Amino acid sequence: MTEPLIALDHVSLVFKTRRGGVRAVDDVSLSLEAGEVLCLVGESGSGKTTTGKIVAGLLKPSSGSVRFRGQDIWQMDKAQFKAYRRAVQIVHQDPYASLNPIHTVFTILATPLQRHGMVRGRAEAVRRVLELLETVDLTPPESFLFKYPHQLSGGQRQRVSIARALTVNPELIVADEATSMVDVSIRVSLLNTLQRLRDELGVGFLFITHDLAIAKYFAWHGRIAVMYLGRIVEFCPTPALINDPQHPYTRALLAAIPEPDPDLTRRKGKLQLRSLDIPSLLHIPPGCSFHPRCPLFEAGLCDVQRPDLVPIDEMRLVACHVVARERTGTIAKHAASPVGISSDPVIGADLGEYGKESS
Amino acid sequence: MAAWQRSSASNGAPVPVLSVRNLEVRYFTRAGTVQAVRDVSFDLHASESIALIGESGCGKTTLGLALLRLLPKGARIVDGEIRYRRRDGQVIDVLQLDEEEIRRFRWQECAMVFQGALNALNPVLRVWDQMLDTARAHAALSRDEVRERSERLLRMVQLEPERVLNAYPHELSGGMRQRVMIAMSLLLDPQIIIYDEPTTALDILTQRAIIEVLRALREQLDFSMLFISHDLPLAAELADRVATMYAGKIIEVGDVREIFYNPRHPYTLGLIKAVPPIVGELYDISSIPGTPPNLIEPPAGCSFHPRCPYARERCARETPPLYEVGSLHTSACHYWREVKLERQVVETGD
Repeated sequence: MTEPLIALDHVSLVFKTRRGGVRAVDDVSLSLEAGEVLCLVGESGSGKTTTGKIVAGLLKPSSGSVRFRGQDIWQMDKAQFKAYRRAVQIVHQDPYASLNPIHTVFTILATPLQRHGMVRGRAEAVRRVLELLETVDLTPPESFLFKYPHQLSGGQRQRVSIARALTVNPELIVADEATSMVDVSIRVSLLNTLQRLRDELGVGFLFITHDLAIAKYFAWHGRIAVMYLGRIVEFCPTPALINDPQHPYTRALLAAIPEPDPDLTRRKGKLQLRSLDIPSLLHIPPGCSFHPRCPLFEAGLCDVQRPDLVPIDEMRLVACHVVARERTGTIAKHAASPVGISSDPVIGADLGEYGKESS
Repeated sequence: MAAWQRSSASNGAPVPVLSVRNLEVRYFTRAGTVQAVRDVSFDLHASESIALIGESGCGKTTLGLALLRLLPKGARIVDGEIRYRRRDGQVIDVLQLDEEEIRRFRWQECAMVFQGALNALNPVLRVWDQMLDTARAHAALSRDEVRERSERLLRMVQLEPERVLNAYPHELSGGMRQRVMIAMSLLLDPQIIIYDEPTTALDILTQRAIIEVLRALREQLDFSMLFISHDLPLAAELADRVATMYAGKIIEVGDVREIFYNPRHPYTLGLIKAVPPIVGELYDISSIPGTPPNLIEPPAGCSFHPRCPYARERCARETPPLYEVGSLHTSACHYWREVKLERQVVETGD
């Protein structure tokens, strides 16, 4: 088997603040093949954006490793690191903040092309920029060349951001809430553009969103990892996650989402959570961090032992004592290591491979 | 106060609590006159909940502000009527109220919770002081009365009064602040509350909590709700009726089930098809081509015609009226008979 494009192995990141360490990402393992789509889903503060930045090499984890084609990115030499940074591009959430307002679309797109020696001379730069604009469905491309960001709508700006990510022919795009700031009618066409890039250019996506409906649509043939307070709590192929969620947090999320269908949405029962309030990252509850809100909570177990992300069937990983016990007969025990690096070689090996369909 | 009509004088049909007719709002800017609200008419009945849906820039927030005469400088109501029926049955013309009367109208009769309520609270005042200020600014209530009401309402929105009243806004989470704003909107027992994007920017579980709170409040208290949102699922949750706005106009109004299952305007249809349901099969979703028009020079005829798949030559010429398309269902589309929602399943769940 070849090395995955990107592999995170027991990655944690602690931000130091005046009020103590904030563990934004806690013991996350995942891997992505070329051309694959993986969605990170979670609420604010779940660590999904931080994980995205770690994948893109913008943040260095406090522990654990990030490997690009098998090579640890933080051990790379300059040339290797540059190649990796070219291969993995990030598209940020806010298209109003991520484009330099004093540059034209042409400058925004031509600069990386020239910097990375992808084009020679202005004529070639213009040709390539026009091509890129066409790729992201900004047509006719000529009319966008010399526009400034303020002359574009939110959706158009986001397309320019995507075109900029494409300038260096990336293999993976980390899309951080890339569609959440545009209107619904525009969102779908933006998603369609991204999907076409995946199909036609073979670009892989780490798609970060709080919107499970968007995740479902974009990653139907991929996988979803649900994050809660810095940890992955459920990880499996999209259809299984959406239609048969197992972790009590995933279940609560799916039960809570309002549907664009009056009968369906009013049938959804009341939230079965024990608490509405999400704990602060500064005071993450002991044991399972979801236990103060969890309907399956068992005293003496969930508030004491942290559940590992363990396989409960051939395609699904879940971090829940109760679900694991019911499905496999054993609890998701954790070797009490404080940092969260599992000493268990079986679980430590290749978690990232889980959740893929065997076919 | 101009009282030209009494409810008892009507022919037995209930007089709506709010009745808007042919409302026109303009922003006078250097670039030109923006026609933000164009010929808007609707009725809001007692205890009813209407969702005003539409995308950014369609005029829905401007309409909400106009109802309370809270428009920013440079914006003016240039035509139309806003009639409000008080609890005693007297109907007043909101546009004729003087400064003092409109101040009492706001909050006592009609309260509004603004978009970004997270920032609507004063960061240097405790919640209690803001409750007191609000009550005192709009009504003559004693300190004890305000205290008693605040505590009761905070409990109704699932907050602990002792803790919350003494807290500064930054000590509360986004969901808690939103619930404080909801409690505050009910403080003077208004007949109408306007919520502008009440759940935007909140996490899913918090959104669900707000929805449950609003639903419970409507069961326990008697008020009408106008909520403004771009979020279709929220409308599906909370609305009795839905009004779609596009380019400053209301282009479709109907019962919530009618609108979601049998939309008769291509724009409403487009919005519904752009929002995928979460549970079940993978449906085909599609976008609406093009972008919303410039409201300084809105397109002639139907303003949606440049983006509309059903558009014909007539649409660019003739502005469609709100046609009666069903029971209490109107749509401003010449070709509403052809508009039909069909969902295509792309793939099933397994």
